Amino acid sequence: MTGEKTEFKWVGTRAIRPDGHDKVTGRAKFGSDFALPGMLQGRVLRSPHAHARIRSIDTSAAEALPGVKGVITSADFADQPAELAAAGEALVNYRDMVRNVMAREKVLYDGHAVAAVAATSAEIAEAALELISVDYEVLDHVIDVDLAMEPGAPILDEELEPAGMEASGPTNIAKRVDFDLGDVEEGFAKAEVVLERSYTTAAVHQGYIEPHAAVASVSEDGQAQIWCCTQGQFMVRAYTARLCGMETSQIRVTPSEIGGGFGGKTVVYLEPLATALSRKTGRPVKMIMSREEVFRASGPTSAGSMTYRIGATRNGVITAFEGTIRLEAGAFPGSPVQPACMCAVAPYDIKNVRLTGYDVVVNRPKVAAYRAPGAPISAFGAESIIDELAKELGFDPLQLRLKNAAKQGTKAAYGPTFRRIGYEETVEQAIASEHYSAPLGPNQGRGVASGFWFNIGGESAATVNINEDGTAVVVSGNPDIGGSRASLALMAAEELGIDYTKVRPIIGDTSSVGYNFLTGGSRVTFATGLAVVEAARDAVRQMCERAAKIWEVESDGVIWRDGHAVPASSNVGDFEPLSLADIAAQSPKTGGPICGHNAQNVQGAGPGFATHICDVEVDPETGRVTILRYTAVQDVGRAIHPSYVEGQIQGGAVQGIGWALNEEYIYNERGQLENPGFLDYRIPVASDLPMIETVVVEVPNDRHPYGVRGVGEVPIVPPMAAVANAIENATGVRMEHLPMSPPRLLAALDAARLPEAAE
Amino acid sequence: MAKHHVTTTINGEPVEFLCSTRQTLLDVLRDELNLTGSKEGCASGDCGACSVMLDGRLVCSCLVLGAEAEGKSVETIEGMAEGDRLHPLQQNFLEDAALQCGICTPGFLVAAKALLERNPDPTETEVRYWLAGNLCRCTGYDKIIRAVMRTAAEVRGEAS
Repeated sequence: MTGEKTEFKWVGTRAIRPDGHDKVTGRAKFGSDFALPGMLQGRVLRSPHAHARIRSIDTSAAEALPGVKGVITSADFADQPAELAAAGEALVNYRDMVRNVMAREKVLYDGHAVAAVAATSAEIAEAALELISVDYEVLDHVIDVDLAMEPGAPILDEELEPAGMEASGPTNIAKRVDFDLGDVEEGFAKAEVVLERSYTTAAVHQGYIEPHAAVASVSEDGQAQIWCCTQGQFMVRAYTARLCGMETSQIRVTPSEIGGGFGGKTVVYLEPLATALSRKTGRPVKMIMSREEVFRASGPTSAGSMTYRIGATRNGVITAFEGTIRLEAGAFPGSPVQPACMCAVAPYDIKNVRLTGYDVVVNRPKVAAYRAPGAPISAFGAESIIDELAKELGFDPLQLRLKNAAKQGTKAAYGPTFRRIGYEETVEQAIASEHYSAPLGPNQGRGVASGFWFNIGGESAATVNINEDGTAVVVSGNPDIGGSRASLALMAAEELGIDYTKVRPIIGDTSSVGYNFLTGGSRVTFATGLAVVEAARDAVRQMCERAAKIWEVESDGVIWRDGHAVPASSNVGDFEPLSLADIAAQSPKTGGPICGHNAQNVQGAGPGFATHICDVEVDPETGRVTILRYTAVQDVGRAIHPSYVEGQIQGGAVQGIGWALNEEYIYNERGQLENPGFLDYRIPVASDLPMIETVVVEVPNDRHPYGVRGVGEVPIVPPMAAVANAIENATGVRMEHLPMSPPRLLAALDAARLPEAAE
Repeated sequence: MAKHHVTTTINGEPVEFLCSTRQTLLDVLRDELNLTGSKEGCASGDCGACSVMLDGRLVCSCLVLGAEAEGKSVETIEGMAEGDRLHPLQQNFLEDAALQCGICTPGFLVAAKALLERNPDPTETEVRYWLAGNLCRCTGYDKIIRAVMRTAAEVRGEAS
């Protein structure tokens, strides 16, 4: 461990999470567990075509089916202008969003919603879907990012005007981004070794186990309530209000417990449909996606294609890095190509960098955020070519990384100059680990890779209510996706000086707590945590004032220590300390309720870095890769709840292993997804894996009272290259395409063996 | 079509319900009996979130018809704690942070309990293969496996 270690009573302990008992007993209510009397069931008709013009939709037969109460199509949603609007920190184009939740002129991917039905039972709703007649003019489609950029490719949107570049005619390129640092020509001129390589990655799904679900109830006066599983209740409110033409004050969104999201629940799919159906029928409407719908119509993240060139001196100084990254956006613009470019070589101090990114539309579902969006894709290539460079130079791969490591004062290619960061420490800890020098057997290999993610702050509001019996309630507004309530309560207990079990954290609905940007960007423990700490300090300030009133002294004569108001010095007077419970009990006669508040747009997120070590064994007969051992080292700033910090690291690493070895979207020649289920889209299972060892490095973020940086996203960045580098180390075969599934690896092994056999 | 009248036992209590022919046991538990602790993650038997015991056998309740519960005994997550006392697996899942979002947790607990009843001293590999039919996307399985192994040791009376 590095960094300042201060003694805390609660921060850094492994307390039992406040929502835990409900989750081990089946009591916790998730998205699909909610029901209302008189509720209808809603179902969505989805396009069987990857690309087609909608000539007409006839819903009359469906509407005539007994039990059907309402049918909606795009005609039930007003069109939206093509403009980028701010929604929290995100920029959204409502023209695209209204088309994604319900296709208008065209369907743009297999699974695109074209109509929805509400009926008295799910069976009737499903039968009604069969009765809706859609007349399609099927068009040529394009699935692959590189093909979509070629001249003559089928065009998804004739009106698309690319940003950041000129286009001579219709194009699928939605945006070009450029990042420049120094002078790459000069950098390559100084290089003694130059490598150029190309890599591709497959589209993968976030793979949360809980399908999307929502219940909406619109009353006759136009007020709506929505219960849904989402990463952001305020996001659902804003988007639904816009798409359904309502004011935000008319909509109250209550987030359920959320069964995983990983970025995939930062957008709306069902909520506007359920709201429109409820408004049309006058009844509450429940909608749940099937697993097949989740795969066909939600998420995924981009497939990517990239070309990189790297130059270095013989003594291991990387002098230049140049690259082009092309990411699929899916049916509408908005791939994470910008962060992909920004993160690609962020762990390194390279003086000359040029990166160009393209955001490209294709006939696949519109991508959604997925854990460190874009970074795992660009890092797969970057960390692979750096591994090749190490081999070329005769360097240990971690020593090469350490020699070029970004540190405090390094100017990153994407703009900022780093404050105190912990990247070097992660490499040093990896080198020092027992794992890194452990022996390997035949067909076994070891790979390493590093990763970076910004982490974000954003709008957060929190309230700390002091109860009359000396306990406290923390109200915040971010769905708890992996233990954040525990970390918020630990920090509040630390500030208030009371027992953790006396602090109950709850997540407010949109009408009971101030605006909070959604759960994402590894922001909750950092940013909402900061708001909770400030709200607790506001409550403490009020309690000190109450004590001053009771003692009849000046309020600056009272300080807070160990959960008690005490005189600041003996000059103030000799008073028995007043506990939080004492002050709470007297609150009616000292000024009324004690409620601490804080609301701010939090700045100062601390960048996160990680370095992973992976051992594999490759079966030369089948191409199957077994992960033998895995260690993830990460700078987290400060681990507020170490178990959930480790859990984030372990879970992220395993998602990355799945991305590396198995996961991909498989389309047939008609552009239909062929593996929309967990049997054929294979996420890692328990028997695929070893324990995931974690090394938690703590280099505190000086812009958070407890040093928090954010944890959840960095761990998915290094694994794909770590696995690829381990496979190369085991077999001598370099895999440049994901996934490195048995058939692909076997083909590569066979290709490498053929020349040997011929000799 | 007329509904089926089914008489069964759920978590030790006699229960009667009506269900259509196509309703699964999971549908019945969740929609008719309000036992929403069993979760639907896939409806195809791939994720294990709906795991229940049916006459002492671990099954995916999404692959069993409601009508098949006639005369049988069903145990769900709601019956795992005894009164206000958690099952040791439930307690250790909490202490070891073996859940993040919690959607897969009921299925894992039901499946792990079935394992320990059959094999009180499983190896790590046996635990991993037994639980391979339960998908978790949050934890990477590490803390789940550790919680199950620790519980097995405790139940055997060994210090953990």
